[in-house]
Amino acid sequence: MELSSIINALSLRVVSGKDNLSNAVTGGYVGDLLSDVMGNGKSGDLWITRQVHQNIVAVASLKDLAGIVLVNNCEPAEDTIQKGVKEGIPIMISEMPGFDVAGKVYNLIKKDHHE
Amino acid sequence: MRGESSEQVLNGQKIFEELFIIEGGNFNKAGEVASRIKVILKNMGIPDELVRRAALVAYESEINIVSYAKQGYMKLTVNPDLIMIESIDEGEGIVDIELAMQEGYSTANDRIREMGFGAGMGLCNIKNYSDYFDLRSKIGKGTYLKMIIESQQKNPKTE
Ligand SMILES: Nc1ncnc2c1ncn2[C@@H]1O[C@H](COP(=O)(O)OP(=O)(O)OP(=O)(O)O)[C@@H](O)[C@H]1O
Ligand SMILES: [Mg+2]
Repeated sequence: MELSSIINALSLRVVSGKDNLSNAVTGGYVGDLLSDVMGNGKSGDLWITRQVHQNIVAVASLKDLAGIVLVNNCEPAEDTIQKGVKEGIPIMISEMPGFDVAGKVYNLIKKDHHE
Repeated sequence: MRGESSEQVLNGQKIFEELFIIEGGNFNKAGEVASRIKVILKNMGIPDELVRRAALVAYESEINIVSYAKQGYMKLTVNPDLIMIESIDEGEGIVDIELAMQEGYSTANDRIREMGFGAGMGLCNIKNYSDYFDLRSKIGKGTYLKMIIESQQKNPKTE
């Protein structure tokens, strides 16, 4: 499913990667430990995290993730946004906690697969 | 960050080599060498799956150099059969390699953990995503890591 549909459905605030909101989201991964995401995330995953350090951009870019959703209204560091813009990685912010974001994204993707 | 790159033909095989320098302790640049390697491999037309695996092993060893060493080098070698990434650093070295290889074992300090590192999974990732790897270390001197990803997969590894 297209990232932009998830952004609309969850009212996410986009802070970088605005040219890549048509990225296909094929799954999701939740985690704050970078090497956990490196090892277990898959390309096309939407990464749900509260990790705001700029290193998240490199992880998303190297793994070809669809984008990063920061939960609980976590503000990314300024250099994280800059890096996200430079690398074209969509970083989005949600007011909801990770559990709610994951549940909603899961249902949207599942529904999309059935249609 | 970039060293020199070279392309040569040996026994009719085209071989590409490039050397990168990695600065210990600089987390703002951490990941740049892995990103460069990914771009180089992608431009060579290597399949995405192999490129991603090479990028992952390069990233984990780059982060370990930034975390635990003063300075290090990474060398990328590509020939038609394989992608080889070697890293060598001047750092604290690994006291017990078997222990370091265990998932969850980490000596990362608070500063490193705050950035999301220190799960103790990096070396496991390298092992899982490479077809061959060799780790050697001398306490107080440094660490050498050789990682190979084969182009023709005998035992296809999934992502
Ligand atoms: N290049 C190195 N020099 C010195 N020690 C190292 C080096 N690489 C790894 N180690 C040691 O091995 C341990 C395990 O490394 P590993 O990469 O698996 O996990 P980590 O770096 O602690 O955390 P993670 O990689 O999950 O963020 C490290 O905590 C460190 O003690
Ligand atoms: Mg590590």
